[in-house]
Amino acid sequence: MALALVCAATLYPVLWVVKLALSPSESLSLSANPFPQEVTFRHFAAVLGASDSAGRWLFGRNLLASLTVSAATTIIGLALAVTAAYALSRFRFPGREAGLQTLLISQMFPATLMLIPIYAILQRLHLLNSLGGLALVYSTTSLPFCVWMLKGYFDTIPRDLEEAAVMDGAAPWQAFVLIVLPLAKPALAVTALFSFMTAWNEFILAATLLNDASLFTLPVALQRLVGEYRVEWGKFAAGAILVSVPVMGLFFALQKHLVGGLTAGGVKG
Amino acid sequence: MTGLLLAVLALGVHAEPLKLWHAYRGGEEASLEKSVALFERESGLKVELLALPYDAFGSKLQAAIPHGAGPDVFIFNHERVRQFARMGIVAAVDERLKREEYFPNTLSALEVDGKTYGFPMSLKCLALYANTALVPKAPKDTAELRALLSKLSSASENRFGLAYESGDFYFHAPFLFGFGGELFDAAGRAVFDTAAMAKSLAFVLGLQQERRIPSEASGALVKALFNEGRAAMVISGPWFAGEIAPSVRYAVHPFPKVSESGLPMRPFLGVEAALVSAKSERPEQAAKLARVLSLGEAAVLRATLGGQVPANVSAYDDARVKKDPLVGAFKAAAATATPMPNTLEMARVWEPMKLALRGVLQGGVSPEKAGALADRRYRALYREKPSAASPWPYAVLLLAGLAFGLYRVFGGPKPAGSFWRRHPEAGRAYAYVAPAAAGILVLVLLPFAFGMGISLYHHEGGVYTFVGLANFVDILASRGYRLAEPLSFYFTLAVTLLWAFSNVALHVLIGLSLALLLKDPLLRMKGFYRVLLIIPWAIPNYITALIWRGMFHRQFGAINGLLQALGLEPVSWFTRFSTAFAANLATNTWLGFPFMMVVSLGALQSIPGELYEAAEVDGASSWQQFRRITLPLLKPALLPAVILGSVWTFNMFNIIYLVSGGEPGGATDILVSEAYRWAFQRNEQYGFAAAYSVLIFATLLAWSALTKRASAGAEEALR
Repeated sequence: MALALVCAATLYPVLWVVKLALSPSESLSLSANPFPQEVTFRHFAAVLGASDSAGRWLFGRNLLASLTVSAATTIIGLALAVTAAYALSRFRFPGREAGLQTLLISQMFPATLMLIPIYAILQRLHLLNSLGGLALVYSTTSLPFCVWMLKGYFDTIPRDLEEAAVMDGAAPWQAFVLIVLPLAKPALAVTALFSFMTAWNEFILAATLLNDASLFTLPVALQRLVGEYRVEWGKFAAGAILVSVPVMGLFFALQKHLVGGLTAGGVKG
Repeated sequence: MTGLLLAVLALGVHAEPLKLWHAYRGGEEASLEKSVALFERESGLKVELLALPYDAFGSKLQAAIPHGAGPDVFIFNHERVRQFARMGIVAAVDERLKREEYFPNTLSALEVDGKTYGFPMSLKCLALYANTALVPKAPKDTAELRALLSKLSSASENRFGLAYESGDFYFHAPFLFGFGGELFDAAGRAVFDTAAMAKSLAFVLGLQQERRIPSEASGALVKALFNEGRAAMVISGPWFAGEIAPSVRYAVHPFPKVSESGLPMRPFLGVEAALVSAKSERPEQAAKLARVLSLGEAAVLRATLGGQVPANVSAYDDARVKKDPLVGAFKAAAATATPMPNTLEMARVWEPMKLALRGVLQGGVSPEKAGALADRRYRALYREKPSAASPWPYAVLLLAGLAFGLYRVFGGPKPAGSFWRRHPEAGRAYAYVAPAAAGILVLVLLPFAFGMGISLYHHEGGVYTFVGLANFVDILASRGYRLAEPLSFYFTLAVTLLWAFSNVALHVLIGLSLALLLKDPLLRMKGFYRVLLIIPWAIPNYITALIWRGMFHRQFGAINGLLQALGLEPVSWFTRFSTAFAANLATNTWLGFPFMMVVSLGALQSIPGELYEAAEVDGASSWQQFRRITLPLLKPALLPAVILGSVWTFNMFNIIYLVSGGEPGGATDILVSEAYRWAFQRNEQYGFAAAYSVLIFATLLAWSALTKRASAGAEEALR
């Protein structure tokens, strides 16, 4: 009973957005009913089919940019996080404690105010207005959380396995890649999901760092519908659904791992 | 040979298109695209258009142009021209501008210190829209207006004579000027506490109390009322024409006179202009593009296709423009409009005036006292530049600190054996950590250090002055406002702590309860529920925020719809602290509980079942089992999640900024959103904002140290 109630509360806003997206009107209307009276796919068609003056398909390009950045962020983020987390979990070395502390502390920097320095740094590195530069920023901002989670998971994997492998003549890096990583699959999946989400959902940095319409990610395109004088609610809702669906799909695909991957990380964090 | 090379280079430069940035949409964007195509055909030059989200446009220009990454030409309204000129972002165009081609007041709007920055494209001002079926003849003065309003309004039928966004100063300005109010004194400082201000506020408050105008009207409400014929007149700008339903016949009139003063109600005049970047590599061509966009066919297209009011005088000779009644009406309204000053002072007026207006119309502040209220806020926001300090003591202190740190790490008695001998794993460990460390160093720690440095500076118009700790002193001494006022650091800190605490408590409570419910072995469709309940987590949080903002809408929100369906009074969510805070809290709880639920689920799974079986055998009640087994074993998993969750909530900018926007009067702002306002909405006081950020950081650091000690202490006690 309580569960059904919470589910209803969870679903209500979602249904409301679906209603906005499917209703013919472009504005809000006062009604508690979360189901549309009249169904039209006009808003979806408008968002999906928009093209610029040169006739290029905008949604396709935004989608491609979003996918590129998110995939690159996931790969870079995962590669950096896995190695760092493994070292922090397995080795004792000077700077380890300081490193762990820095990871937690770096979550405390107010992100919105790092915008200006990041801009200046990327410019020095000639990475402005490139999806690569954006992916680099995203992967480093999500890195602390990823390292923290993976390290916790690695801690729960017994060392004996690697030691046995090394005894059998495997190089240490082989033990890491062939033994530990396969065992850490749930945590890797969750980390990948978070890196992907960071990149997929962000718009302030994307709108600031990119100067080329062909590089704009989906959230930037979506943000354009919320204007100075008016919000195009119907299109915004349709766009919001289109942006959210892929992440939801990933969540559902990975939800089994989510519970295991996240918690083991937490237990020893 | 060299000549050939130069020619090739020049060609190469030519091939690169001119960059034009704008934030137009819809018809305005379509007309711009057509004008640009015309320009390309005539000049043979290529132009690359970039349409940006309006919210990001200003800050993006300020970041991009100084770094040479900006556009050659951009379209912006004139309000920020002075600031752009001071920052060296825009170029003066007097040499290429033919003054007689534009209305004089549009040129003066773009003037800074005797120079003109940019080519005026279009005018924006407010006028009176009237439904011709209800208002056949426009009122001449406010006496006529009042008589008309009392005839047209009916509280019982929910009909209003007039509707406009009364809580916004841009819409109140015509009343203020009509009552003879001046916004600035001879020295250029804003004045609020005047008789005209009180009279204009009292007039509008009277209209609201007599139910002649709707209270808390938003753009959406105004539009709906007018289209349904329930508002006979509307105050709005040219953009409103596109929102009117085809069935409604309307006319646009100039404002009436205020009978008491005999003065016309005068709206603000805004000018949109094509501005030339000061950093453009081809200033000649850029200026040519900007000029072409402001004149001739482009101006006509703007009027006919974009529904804008051209600033170009000869555009009105065109037959197509002449027969457009809307453009003609707004041109007439603009003739008496007050050009909005492009000074920094003007930019500082909005926030205090919003406070005063909402105070009078929603918060029970008397019209006579509202001016003083605005004045106090204005003076608090207008920080005098602190006196410059010498950086040397700080540099010496920094060096000493560095030296001490290095000594602590590398100094002291040397233990036997080389470093690598003592730490056999260090080499490999560093190799593994290096890529991540480099990334974090460059893109996380370096920007942060940069921010720390800025907190010691005062920033004004692109110039940084070293002021030492003055920013911190101002914040901590709460200079300019009382401790218990929303602007004070301590007030905001208290709100932030309340915010973080209540959120995390709700997240854990709901998340843990759901996890316990889902753990029930008898529950069917477990997977279905779990999938359903993590949906909020999968939705980007800015989307969640905007959606909930819509749901809490005073007139059209689903929440008030629900309340009404239940027979309750609709609540005006953002006019009181408690309800505005609750709205923020509801939003953030909705999006945050799934994380805690998932963490709790995993933690519950890791508790061995035998423990419960043993407890069962010993006859422990289920409450005792929860208290003695579940809770203690959950703690190690939940604690890190709680610390992390509270840090995230503490800095949860999107929700506060997009849901309540700090309403009422900045009371629901948390530290991060307050810092953002100082940095991006109150004349770019970057140094002050950076000082806020450093204080946020220090607070969180202290908090995490505290929780760590507390949890360590609790663990000791358990042993």
